[in-house]
Amino acid sequence: MRGDLEMNQLILVIATIVLAPIVGGLLFGIDRRITARLQGRFGPPILQPFYDILKLLGKDSIAVSKMQFVWIYAYLVLMIASLLCLVLQSDFLVLVFLLGFAGVALVLGGFSTKSPYSHFGANRELLQILAYEPVLLLLAIAIYAQNGTFLISEIVAHEQPLLLPLWPLFIAVLYVLTIKMRKSPFDISTSHHAHQEIVKGITTEYSGPFLALYHLAEWYEIVLVLGVVVLFWANPLWIGLLIAFAAFLLELVVDNIAARMTARWMVRLSWSVGLTLGILNVAYLYIIKGVF
Amino acid sequence: MGLIKKSRAKSPWIMHFDNSSCNGCDIEVLACLTPLYDVERFGIVNMGNPKHADVLLITGPVNMRTARVLKNLYEQVANPKMVIAVGTCASSGGVFHNCYNVLGGVDKVIPVDVYIPGCAARPEAIIDGVVMALQSLTEQRHLWVTCPHCQTEHEVTDQRWRI
Repeated sequence: MRGDLEMNQLILVIATIVLAPIVGGLLFGIDRRITARLQGRFGPPILQPFYDILKLLGKDSIAVSKMQFVWIYAYLVLMIASLLCLVLQSDFLVLVFLLGFAGVALVLGGFSTKSPYSHFGANRELLQILAYEPVLLLLAIAIYAQNGTFLISEIVAHEQPLLLPLWPLFIAVLYVLTIKMRKSPFDISTSHHAHQEIVKGITTEYSGPFLALYHLAEWYEIVLVLGVVVLFWANPLWIGLLIAFAAFLLELVVDNIAARMTARWMVRLSWSVGLTLGILNVAYLYIIKGVF
Repeated sequence: MGLIKKSRAKSPWIMHFDNSSCNGCDIEVLACLTPLYDVERFGIVNMGNPKHADVLLITGPVNMRTARVLKNLYEQVANPKMVIAVGTCASSGGVFHNCYNVLGGVDKVIPVDVYIPGCAARPEAIIDGVVMALQSLTEQRHLWVTCPHCQTEHEVTDQRWRI
C-alpha cells in the first residue's frame, strides 16, 4: 500500500469492514428470494441470511480439529485483506494473491479434519482455484499492459474504461464470478442449494459459530468479486456498480437454468475459453502498444 | 441475547432421518419443501448434515439397528437442538408396536420435544409441529441444569407437547 495510512483511509477501512458484510448478506438474501421466485416458491425474507448467521453464532461449536478453526479465521482475515486492497486502491496483483491464499486457507481447513467428505470438498475447492486463478492473473497482466502499472488507483483515475479494450477478459471474469459465487454450473466445491449432496463437503465439519465465520467470509467474497467487475468501468463509478449488479442478476438466472457439471468440465471450459480469451486479449494489447 | 433468540425462531435448519419408516412420512416431509408448502419462507432449510442442523425430524419406529445411529446423530447436533417425532410410528411405534425388533418410538432412545401423530403425518401438521418446537425454543421450555455429579450442563425437557 502507498505511504502511510491517512485518517480518511482509516475511516474507509472501518466502513468497508462494517458495510461489506451488510451488502453481501443483502445480496445473498436477494439471491435466495429471486431463486425461490424462479422456482415458483414464495421464498424467505430478504434478511434471512442475517437470521441464519445470528442463529449460528448462538449455537455451540463442536471441535473436530483445532487447526480447522485457525484456517477458517485465516480464510476470513485474508478475504478482508483482499477486499481492503481493492477499497484502498492498492496493487491489483496483491489482491489476486491474497484471494488465492484465502482459497488455499479454506482448502487447508478442509484437509485438517479426517472426514472424507471434508477432503472431497477441499479437493474440489482446489480445482476451483485452479480454474479461476490463471484468469485473474491474466487480468492483472492485461491491466499492466493497458495502464503500465498494477495499481488500482490508476484504473480509477483513467478516463477510458477498461471494458472497451478488455472485453474478452470481461467475459472470462464472468466465468470467474460464477465459480467464485459457487453457482451452477460451477457449484463444485460447495453449493447454496444441494444441502444433502457431497458438494457441501468442505463445510461438513464446521458447526455453530465457525460455520457463521465461513458464511461471513463468503459475504466479503461476493462483495470482492463484484468489486473486481466494477473495476471494468470504474470512472464514473455508478456505471461500474450497475454493470456489477447486472452481472449478479445474470449469475442468478444462469444458476437456475443450468445443471451442475463435473469439476473436470469446469477446469477444461475455464482454461479453454477463459485462458484463450485472456491470452488473445493480452497479446492484442501488447501488439497495439508495440511493446514486443 | 434477544436478537439471537429471535433469529433462532426464524432460521430452523432441519435434518430428516428415517428410522426404518415405511417412507409415507418421509414423502410428506419432503412435500413440505415443494412450492405448494414452501417451508423456506419461514427460513426452514433441509440440511443433510447433523452438525449444521437445529431440528431433527425423525420418522419411523426405531429398531435395534437404527437406534445407535439415531443416538449418534443426536449427539452430533450442536446445542440448542430440538427433536420432532413425525408420524404415529415415531411417536409410539404405531402398527409396528411390540414387534420383536422394534423399540417403539423415538423417545425410547433420545428426548423428544414435539410429537406429530398421523399415518402419514400431513405436511400442515409437520409445519405446525416445527412452529411449536420453535415456540418452545424461544420461550425456553427447555431447562438447562447442571448435573451435581459430573458438573456438566444437561438438557431437560420438562414438557412434552402433543398436537
